[in-house]
Amino acid sequence: MRPQNVLPFERTIFELEEQLSKLESEPSTPGTLETIRNMRADIAKLKREVFDNLDAWQTVQVARHQERPQTRDYIDLCCDEFLELHGDRAYGDDPAIVTGLAKIDDFRVMFIGQQKGRTLKERTQCYYGCAHPEGYRKALLKMEMAAKYKLPIVCLIDTPGAYPGIGAEERGQAYTIAYNLREMSRLGVPIICTVIGEGGSGGALGIGIGDHVAMLQFSYYSVISPEGCASILWKSGKFADKAARALRFTGKDLLQFGVVDEVLPEPLGAAHRDHRLMAATMKAMFVRQLRTLSALSPSEILNRRYEKFRRLGVFEEQTATTASV
Amino acid sequence: MTMATSPNSGSAEQPGRPKRGVPEGLWLRCDSCGNTVFRRQVEKQLYLCPDCGHHFYVPSRVRIAQLLDPDSFEEWYDNLRPADPLSFVDSRPYKDRLKAETKRTGLTEACIVGRGYLRGRPLVIGITDSAFIMGSMGSVVGEKLTRAIEEATRLLLPLVIISGSGGGARMHEGILSLMQMAKVSAALGRYHEVGGLFISVLTNPTMGGVAASFASLGDIIIAEPKALIGFAGPRVVEATVKVALPVGFQTSEFLLEHGFVDRIVARPQLQIELSKLIDYCVR
Repeated sequence: MRPQNVLPFERTIFELEEQLSKLESEPSTPGTLETIRNMRADIAKLKREVFDNLDAWQTVQVARHQERPQTRDYIDLCCDEFLELHGDRAYGDDPAIVTGLAKIDDFRVMFIGQQKGRTLKERTQCYYGCAHPEGYRKALLKMEMAAKYKLPIVCLIDTPGAYPGIGAEERGQAYTIAYNLREMSRLGVPIICTVIGEGGSGGALGIGIGDHVAMLQFSYYSVISPEGCASILWKSGKFADKAARALRFTGKDLLQFGVVDEVLPEPLGAAHRDHRLMAATMKAMFVRQLRTLSALSPSEILNRRYEKFRRLGVFEEQTATTASV
Repeated sequence: MTMATSPNSGSAEQPGRPKRGVPEGLWLRCDSCGNTVFRRQVEKQLYLCPDCGHHFYVPSRVRIAQLLDPDSFEEWYDNLRPADPLSFVDSRPYKDRLKAETKRTGLTEACIVGRGYLRGRPLVIGITDSAFIMGSMGSVVGEKLTRAIEEATRLLLPLVIISGSGGGARMHEGILSLMQMAKVSAALGRYHEVGGLFISVLTNPTMGGVAASFASLGDIIIAEPKALIGFAGPRVVEATVKVALPVGFQTSEFLLEHGFVDRIVARPQLQIELSKLIDYCVR
């Protein structure tokens, strides 16, 4: 039962769980039953203690966990139907961004999500969730189609960043992301964005302009990867833990900065321990937001979205000088 | 988003070959031809190398003087100052870094905006200055540009933004820097809707979050010759793909060849080209 990928701070939990399952497989005596009861309580308590106090770098490790649910898992668990739509009509079909029509409860939506891949083969095809320009182009094309037919859009963000390769540069990675930012701000249908794992800078923002932006408790959303930041400012990727703390990119801080509207609680021991419960929490949020946002007119949606991003930023405004036309 | 390109804080500061008895700063070494050239001569010729025409870094205020009609520039929002929302500390506190950059460059931030006249044509102009924390975009750069774009929208004036940003979105302000990309791009969306003309001029270097937002959104995109322009820094790309990068990768010429730049314009022609472009689109 013990999964292959155990994070350092999970080790004790898994050891206890192993002992527990061994104990449970043995014939029970009144004594063992009590031990089992106590152990179960201890494990729950330990999980809570560990996961309530994760620092930023540990959060990154959870966000990157190989068994963490990905876009295709959420599609399976949240959607009653999914009709995948492929291709950007210009270059190809990027598997790192999955797009398609989906039913969530009573709502028909356009579902867009970044996919890292589970098997080695899938991970290689998806470049570990790093999309190319054709992925961003595909996403926008499907979103525009959704806007035409008044379908709300759901975006799941999970990427270390847009792919930094030669082909990506040749095909206009910077332009494609920039264009998505501008055009997503102009789509008159509700857009709900959720960071489900890694929110890696421009690659995340490229499908991240929404009316409701949520993130999962153990995800992160950052201007740069902690390793990238460390290699520039601390001159070595080894200081990624320091950079992670300095960047203030976990849910609590982002909520305070107004960058996200909601942090969704994860199951005890994080999403990778219970895909179903995580998906149920997320689906409930989708339904809640779809109900609220569907009541708004297109112009209300556009104005709200503009103001939502317009407000972001922290600076000082000195009063002595005049600054208007 | 934030890119590691060579800290370019003005090629002007790179020491040339040491020469006995010559006061420091009188001479520059050209990055392109390697010749040692007289600084005054470079400055007189629009910051071009007299030997090979290499485009040196131009301070933003000098750029204004090069492009706009004398005394026509009215600076806007110069009362905005960076804050330190993350209380960010790397090798030194961000606050100290800001002070040092201001002292070194005479700038309060990496961007100036305002209105003025270019060969008699009114416009709104924004310039990011690669000398100030690599021209990176934090909250102030994002806010200044957004306000300038909103004013251009209100006044229906053409908009020119000249980008020189090796740093992309500024790490020291974290996620808020990333959000400036969204904010500025959304403002450009509204400007686009009212039919505003936006000419984006890319200079060396334009990378990361700046390239992946306003700099790429011009109706017309112009680049100065041989500028470094791209999304990911060349070192990051090289480390990812683990093969040698093609010659001329991420230069203006590379972008022109791949269809992401309309024209490459050498600095002596920039002003006249901009005025011609404005005349085609603005009545």
